[in-house]
Amino acid sequence: MVVSATSRPGGGRGSGDPGRPPPPSGGRKGRIIPRLPVRLRRLGLPYLLILPALLLELLVHLIPMLIGIGMSFIKLTQLYIRNWSAAPSAGWSNYHLAVDFNAPVGRALLHSFLVTVAFTLITVALSWFFGMAGAVLMQGEFRGRGVLRALFLVPYALPVYAGVITWSFLLQRDSGLVNHVLVDQLHLFGDKPFWLIGQNSFASIVVVSLWRWWPFAFLVLMAGLQNIPRDLYEASAIDGAGWMRQLRSVTLPMLRPVNQVLVLVLFLWTFNDFNTPYVLFGKTAPQEADLISIHIYQSSFVTWNFGTGSAMSVLLLLFLLLVTAIYLLITSRRRSDA
Amino acid sequence: MLTRKPYVFAVAGALMLAAAACGSSDSSTSGSAAAPASITYWASNQGTSLESDKQILQPELDRFTKETGIKVNLEVVPWSDLLNRILAAATSGKGPDVVNIGNTWSASLQATGAFVPLDDTQLNALGGKARFLGPSLAATGAPGQPPVGAPLYSTAYALYYNKHMFKDAGIADPPKTWDELVADGKKLTKDGKWGLAVEGASVSENAHMIFTLGQQHGGDLFDSSGKSQFDSPANVAAVKQYLDFIATDKITNPSDAAYSNGTEALQDFIGGKAAMVMWQSASGTLKTGGMTPDDYGVAPIPLPDPSSGGKQVDSMVGGINISVFDSAANKDGALKFVKFMTSKQTQQDLNKAYGSLPTVTDAYDDPAFQTPEIKTYQQILANTAAPLPQVANESQFETLVGNAMNQLFADAASGKPITDESVKAKLTEANQQMAG
Repeated sequence: MVVSATSRPGGGRGSGDPGRPPPPSGGRKGRIIPRLPVRLRRLGLPYLLILPALLLELLVHLIPMLIGIGMSFIKLTQLYIRNWSAAPSAGWSNYHLAVDFNAPVGRALLHSFLVTVAFTLITVALSWFFGMAGAVLMQGEFRGRGVLRALFLVPYALPVYAGVITWSFLLQRDSGLVNHVLVDQLHLFGDKPFWLIGQNSFASIVVVSLWRWWPFAFLVLMAGLQNIPRDLYEASAIDGAGWMRQLRSVTLPMLRPVNQVLVLVLFLWTFNDFNTPYVLFGKTAPQEADLISIHIYQSSFVTWNFGTGSAMSVLLLLFLLLVTAIYLLITSRRRSDA
Repeated sequence: MLTRKPYVFAVAGALMLAAAACGSSDSSTSGSAAAPASITYWASNQGTSLESDKQILQPELDRFTKETGIKVNLEVVPWSDLLNRILAAATSGKGPDVVNIGNTWSASLQATGAFVPLDDTQLNALGGKARFLGPSLAATGAPGQPPVGAPLYSTAYALYYNKHMFKDAGIADPPKTWDELVADGKKLTKDGKWGLAVEGASVSENAHMIFTLGQQHGGDLFDSSGKSQFDSPANVAAVKQYLDFIATDKITNPSDAAYSNGTEALQDFIGGKAAMVMWQSASGTLKTGGMTPDDYGVAPIPLPDPSSGGKQVDSMVGGINISVFDSAANKDGALKFVKFMTSKQTQQDLNKAYGSLPTVTDAYDDPAFQTPEIKTYQQILANTAAPLPQVANESQFETLVGNAMNQLFADAASGKPITDESVKAKLTEANQQMAG
């Protein structure tokens, strides 16, 4: 206490004044601590405070990740799961298998990757659009606004399983409500289409995923809108800006930081989403909707080839890191330009 | 009618580590020097619910405790979780003492070394090899290696047919050949009702059917060196025959292509929407659905003409084995428990309750196993059932071929033509992934 109080005036200057410690009060400890330079002690404090959190973070996130990377370099099949150290080294062969697009495994992975990219782009764009539309329309005061807001958030509040399994019932060919409405009531199709297998399964997973994620966009954008000062709208109205112009020149620019985070988070979550396709389609998704998270699960768990599955996961991790880095680089540069 | 999706609760099992962390059940004992007086048993879900399984098993377990003084901690594990749980237990070395496994996993799990192999002494303690049904015993591990479990319940595929619908259509007997089956199916398909129901999106059902039909066409899924050959002409013909029920014979509802949860085809049968279904031990479910043996008959699945060169195989050997974990804290108690579970009395009690077949010959003297249905199954198991290939990558085969079939079924259902070429292309793709 004494030391930090005396050093404060010159703090951060790097004057080289170590600060004279008070005379040792006896005991080893008392002698060592004051001998550390004050700067070091002050620099160390934040790290010391963050250390417990850091250790937990390492334990929870980094170590499994490292183990996963380690797994991707060994031939981990059912023969070795009892004793991983006995598994022969695979070198890069797991990766080679995954990216050899001329071979069936690599081709299937590439197909799944492209499906996932298309799925993610469509879902994120639509989620953002619906979230934005909902938030802007809910901005003004009107009766029943609270009820509507709560209603819009229901899909996000429902447990994933309950929501998605309901969708899978709705989408059944013979007994599902979707076909009942489209075919029996509206007569839009001659023959009842399949929604959970074949070509329509892609549309199904997009719709279900959109249903699940757009309330999140809505929630975040609604919070963002609350932070835009009202005077901006009043000022722009005086200048003659209409509703459209206000949206373009006030709302969207003011929401830019929110959007930056929102789109990134939505992208990552949608890309990685395992629960939705798993509950909707089961262990094996139809080829048209073979999202990468399910594909990797199948490549490792269902076929008991954990090394290949890990290699695919690591590739996915690298891809997402790359996308995130590029995205942040571009968006933050644009912001500093503005 | 939408009773349950069996796979769903395994969502969190996606991460190996998560599974390892959650799945490693606390072993019943804490390594004390004294022989622990309890064992942990993971039972598979054989009844209509986990709860009913507990009710069926508990009296038997109590009897075991009375006889030996060993307490049994029972957990009934749903099928969707069982394999993941076993793998996690094998990985971590912490798990139950005794576990039920699907017998098609035998060779795969044998390769992990997680289970105690039963040598001749141990088999003799169970009453000797001769006491067990041959085909069931063959499905306990790779040939030439000591089995990693004892057969517990046996099943096979049979053809269930609706007697009333057959009578109304003027058909006297169940079909004996595939031509008859298709012809009968066409007579039965009318007014929104269909001849035959299948689970077209179920990976395991598809894999089992293709094994059986492939054998009938004279093919094998693996050659003698253990190399996969899914796209051999015989297997292509088998797949095409199965798909043609929807594509050209039109005796199966195209909607069946999306059936995946292992109950839907049977529900159609119970509801009178389909007149035939090929199923394993369905009597329990049919009873729950309100059908009595007066309503339905059980016949073997048609066999090929002996002159065609195909094998006389009409079912895979289905069943459940009971295995002892190598890491079991109480191996002695576990082996005693296996002996108890394969004893005559227990076999009779449990197989009666589940509608499955005893795996030991001496249990059949009970009148409950003299019904026409059980007799049919006994005939099938004794004469015409063959075990699925007992190879270490069997589960890979089921996944890849079953999945290829799902996609082909989707094509057939949406009216795309099913040709030898389109079938072969999909099977070749599956075969190549096997090599990789």
